[in-house]
Amino acid sequence: MNIVVCVKYVPDAQGDRTFKDDNTTDREGVDGLLSELDEYAVEAALKLKESGEGEVTVVTVGPEAAADAVKKSLQMGADKGVHVCDDAIHGSDAAATSLLLAEAIKKSGEYDLVLAGLASTDGTMSVVPAMLAERLGLPQVTQVSTLEVEGGTVKGRRDSDVASDTIEASLPALVSVTDQINEPRYPSFKGIMAAKKKPVETWSLADLGVDAERVGLAGSWTKVTSFAKRPPREKGEIVTDEGDGGTKLAEYLAAQKFV
Amino acid sequence: MVPGYRSIMQFTDDHQAFRASVRQLVDTEINPHVDEWEDAGAFPAHDLFPKLSAVGLLGLEYEPEYGGEGADHSFTMIACEELGRINAGGIPMAINVQSNMATPSLAEYGTAEQKRQFLAPAIAGTAVAAIGVTEPDTGSDVSALRTKAKRDGDDWVITGRKLYITNGTQADWICLLTRTSDEGGFRGMSQIIVPTDSPGFSVSRKLDKLGNRSSDTAELIFDEVRVPVANTIGTEGRGFQQQMKQFEIERMSCAYAVVGQCDVALERLREYLHQRTTFGKSLASKQYVAFRVTELAAQLDLLRHHNYATCEALVAGQDITRMAAVAKLTAGRLVREVADLCMQFHGGIGYMEETWTARFFRDARLASIGGGADEVMLQVLSRLDGFPTS
Repeated sequence: MNIVVCVKYVPDAQGDRTFKDDNTTDREGVDGLLSELDEYAVEAALKLKESGEGEVTVVTVGPEAAADAVKKSLQMGADKGVHVCDDAIHGSDAAATSLLLAEAIKKSGEYDLVLAGLASTDGTMSVVPAMLAERLGLPQVTQVSTLEVEGGTVKGRRDSDVASDTIEASLPALVSVTDQINEPRYPSFKGIMAAKKKPVETWSLADLGVDAERVGLAGSWTKVTSFAKRPPREKGEIVTDEGDGGTKLAEYLAAQKFV
Repeated sequence: MVPGYRSIMQFTDDHQAFRASVRQLVDTEINPHVDEWEDAGAFPAHDLFPKLSAVGLLGLEYEPEYGGEGADHSFTMIACEELGRINAGGIPMAINVQSNMATPSLAEYGTAEQKRQFLAPAIAGTAVAAIGVTEPDTGSDVSALRTKAKRDGDDWVITGRKLYITNGTQADWICLLTRTSDEGGFRGMSQIIVPTDSPGFSVSRKLDKLGNRSSDTAELIFDEVRVPVANTIGTEGRGFQQQMKQFEIERMSCAYAVVGQCDVALERLREYLHQRTTFGKSLASKQYVAFRVTELAAQLDLLRHHNYATCEALVAGQDITRMAAVAKLTAGRLVREVADLCMQFHGGIGYMEETWTARFFRDARLASIGGGADEVMLQVLSRLDGFPTS
């Protein structure tokens, strides 16, 4: 079974995250890494591969440094990588990114399953998997916490507040997975060494046959018009217990509509 | 890497990726459980070791044929530095016993059959190993040990006691240093692998230690324990010399781990000094405080780079007797000083068990005692410098 995993290179959530003058996320001046939520998708792919046969290809769209996200996936055990990299891509929104991913996946060869994470840890929009499924004409099974492939079908469970749905789709299909599905492995020494010999293709817009006007800031359907830093946390209210502490707490909770 | 320093070691992307992987493992698989293991007085070696093995940590320099990674020593150094970042000294010590103290002789001098039977499961983390050298009356003076193996046909029959044995209650086999002849002194000793399910082997007691509490330490009894002569590692009668070589790796693994321990401690200390306000200003703004911390950070840089130089020498196949003794001596003293300062600058709260400084203070003390005491290192060094010391 051939599996494609979409991964994203994101600014480290532990560091200071900033925007550039054009209101796009600063991906160059900060430390970046493979989006942690995508590690679950890579792990899910590796588990499926290990239980049978096949190949895992990771695909990313991003600046030069995004090659690191591909590299880490290869160190974890993926077989080959595709990096879509072109200056004209800068500022692409979710829809434009899904176009690039779709074209890259089509160009990368035959596939049975496309996997993605729950969301990126920077934009956290969660929409790319659905858009990608639409562009590739695939059934989509999103946000699952289990994943099984049997014969020509894929099955997963989606947990929500009120119920758990079990969803089945015919292959080829697109599946996005949550952080409940597995425990991603750490790259091992052997994995790190083996990754150096694995093939990585770097494709430009021209390689994909995508017109520059359909991507980047100009080609995006959505635009970030402004941003504001989260306001600093306000000082809390201290309730002094003078025999009526319990009442005061209850009043506070009632006023905030917690009780 | 310390900003402003250019190391003589040429670290590659592979080194950095491996370091990141070990750090992630420590942060997610180990540190969240350390408090629980400290309270329990032991960590679950048989649960944790396979996870370490999956990353390659238990057999970095060993042959791939037995599950090892075939890496050079620089990766061992990185692993030890990162394991030093564990929030308790007991765990890195126990891991080091498995990977750098109980197994190097077996990997270097063992037969293919011995490696298949004992080394491969130790690398996989399915078997826990311990090193049995110290006895009730012999610690630093290894040549005075009394445990005795008598030959009986194709077997050794071993009688004696071993003390302060790390992983002692959990071990599946012991790399035992024992007398195999009556020559006395450092002659006539051999390294023998003793499976702990051998009749006559027993753990007489689990020892209660000042620190490193998450690691189990035991006294072991050998009461006519019968093991095949085929379990002898390397050359019969060369056990002392083989063990001395194994000690060099042990000393360096301790010195590497101290760098990781002190890095974390100084990071935490600086953070605290910036937050803590006294007399209307942060502690960090006081020159005395800043200078004391900086002095130790500078000494840590020296140790780090001495370690790197030693690592390079070892990889190049040079003799590291002197460098390893300098590293171990310096590391033991430095980590004690860092631990003492961390507690001092925390004041009262630093003396409380709930603050990390208390455990660090206890754990750090061992670095000048275990794996060759400071005085043994000084003896090695003074002999190399031509002093007729004994």
